[in-house]
Amino acid sequence: MTDEVEIPAVDSVSGSGVPIRGNDIDTDQIIPARFMKVVTFDGLGEFAFFDLRFDDDDAQKEHPFNEDRYQDSSVLVVNSNFGCGSSREHAPQALMRWGIDAIIGESFAEIFAGNCLALGIPTVTADSETIEALQDWVDANPDGELEIDVEAEEVTYGDRTIDVTVDDAQRKALVEGVWDTTALMKSNADAVRETTRALPYVDDAAIPEAE
Amino acid sequence: MSAETLYDKVWDRHTVTTLPTGQDQLFVGLHLIHEVTSPQAFGMLRERDLEVAYPELTHATVDHIVPTADQSRPYEEDAAEEMMAELEENVRDAGIDFSDPTTGDQGIVHVIGPEQGLTQPGKTIVCGDSHTSTHGAFGALAFGIGTSQIRDVLATGTVAMEKQKVRKIQVDGELGDGVEAKDIILEIIRRLGTEGGVGYVYEYAGEAIESLGMEGRMSICNMSIEGGARAGYVNPDETTYEWLKETDYFQENPERFEELKPYWESIRSDEDADYDDVVHIDADELEPVVTWGTTPGQGVGISDPIPEPESLPAEKQDTARRAQEHMRVEPGETMAGYDIDVAFLGSCTNARLPDLRRAARIVEGREVADDVRAMVVPGSQRVQEAAAEEGLKDTFEEAGFEWRNAGCSMCLGMNEDQLEGDEACASSSNRNFVGRQGSKDGRTVLMNPRMVAAAAITGEVSDVRDLKEVTSV
Ligand code: SF4
Repeated sequence: MTDEVEIPAVDSVSGSGVPIRGNDIDTDQIIPARFMKVVTFDGLGEFAFFDLRFDDDDAQKEHPFNEDRYQDSSVLVVNSNFGCGSSREHAPQALMRWGIDAIIGESFAEIFAGNCLALGIPTVTADSETIEALQDWVDANPDGELEIDVEAEEVTYGDRTIDVTVDDAQRKALVEGVWDTTALMKSNADAVRETTRALPYVDDAAIPEAE
Repeated sequence: MSAETLYDKVWDRHTVTTLPTGQDQLFVGLHLIHEVTSPQAFGMLRERDLEVAYPELTHATVDHIVPTADQSRPYEEDAAEEMMAELEENVRDAGIDFSDPTTGDQGIVHVIGPEQGLTQPGKTIVCGDSHTSTHGAFGALAFGIGTSQIRDVLATGTVAMEKQKVRKIQVDGELGDGVEAKDIILEIIRRLGTEGGVGYVYEYAGEAIESLGMEGRMSICNMSIEGGARAGYVNPDETTYEWLKETDYFQENPERFEELKPYWESIRSDEDADYDDVVHIDADELEPVVTWGTTPGQGVGISDPIPEPESLPAEKQDTARRAQEHMRVEPGETMAGYDIDVAFLGSCTNARLPDLRRAARIVEGREVADDVRAMVVPGSQRVQEAAAEEGLKDTFEEAGFEWRNAGCSMCLGMNEDQLEGDEACASSSNRNFVGRQGSKDGRTVLMNPRMVAAAAITGEVSDVRDLKEVTSV
């Protein structure tokens, strides 16, 4: 039986922005490990950037995710190597559940970007000057609308349109609505078995019968 | 065909087809799972009414949340018990082998795969864990994946990936006294940066790599991800084959060894293979490396000064300043003499038998410094047992170390083993991110296992070469 999940195309995302400044923001900062003692992703949103947002007595610290003006934001604007560290999908899950639909940054750790794609969240890149200018603009215009055109690789904000880069595979996956790969790959089950049989290390007994 | 890398060859052998996205659909030869990242994937399967396609190529362990002191069930912490129970149910329903703690085979996923012979050259190996790169030490193509991809692998036996570039890291020369595999990889990350490997797979080669045992090669491949590379590997050779022979799989199926060896030989990188980039490191010049900051790339030789932020590339300066503030270190000084409160000897980077042996030779006949909490957390139950048999457990305990059960423990502080307040920890693990070891004010200094032993004894970051080894008869 193949699954019947509806996979929406993500050609564009729009919303107001929230800037998170700094390079090398790792997944332990995005979602500390102690909040991963769960068997579902539900409710992770409130723990996004937890240790950066709250002190030991749970009092709020200065952080964009705590600021009223960013509570409705859906586009995260970050710097370089964002999402480095662990493979935990809890990180993009927490951001998504907080309300983030797209991320613009200088660069992303690969597993993190892959995890975002699996959730239909574009991770688009631009050079550091462009990003800093965008962060400044978001800072000054917390309600300002940003529009990310995934297919055209452009971001429009204020009266400006800037070029951004979207990884080829990511762009196709989002625009054509094939970012959820399970059904797609399941439909190739025969070809998978064929590849498998040609591998000397796989026991025939481990290869399932055709459905 | 010639001029191909191991990466090209293994990739091609496992490619089912190219997907409409341009990604390749890769067959997965071994899928390792653990309790933290798999339950949501099993949940997604249930939602879609799908079954595990290749249960026999899937293997489970429990490592992140498992208590390392009292392991009686139910676990004291409800959340840990719930995760364990969920994993037990999932593997039972799907018919997946599970190295649970009652088997004597349990341990950190990247320690047990190689021990049992599940990890083999020329396999594609994935796990919902970024340090899956460890298995590349055997000439496997191994990388970490996210939970949605775990769902894909469970449901289809395949994963969608884009092919990456290959950077050869040629490490020539010979390691000096007190310098280890860990120092090679810390140096590589220091030089190339934590994002230097993004878009690349690292092939580690050269005489310094070839002369390492499998454990050293695993320590290096393990931290490929800290350098931004999703995978790293070493071409299989006699050292690899000697290890494989001793594993469960080839002990039980000795005929498979000769059957598979031609395949292993065939996937080695060709002499004239093309690389997208080549980097040279001279092992002779290395000394023990320790980190001074809060990313694994912020490392320095033990006798070298901590860098002035201004001396670093512009984009690194801000991070460096914040890191130095958090760690409370002064540029211009060395890390030697930095007070520590905790010594952690563990993790999938450095908690295998030879790691513990080398560290034990340092602590033998000495005592852990007053006020230092020191613990050894073996990487697996087998390491734990073998180490106890050799007397290493006694050596550590006599010196004042706590001897724990196998698990991830203080590498990420998901169980009860955590730093408290602003404690500083000399750690043989792989990540020094803020908050990583369970306390957001905690301070982690990464180093090789003998350096951890030396720090435990002296109470401060110390050059292990200054401590004379006491060798037992
Ligand atoms: S020991 Fe640390 S790095 Fe290794 S798998 Fe466990 S948590 Fe991850």
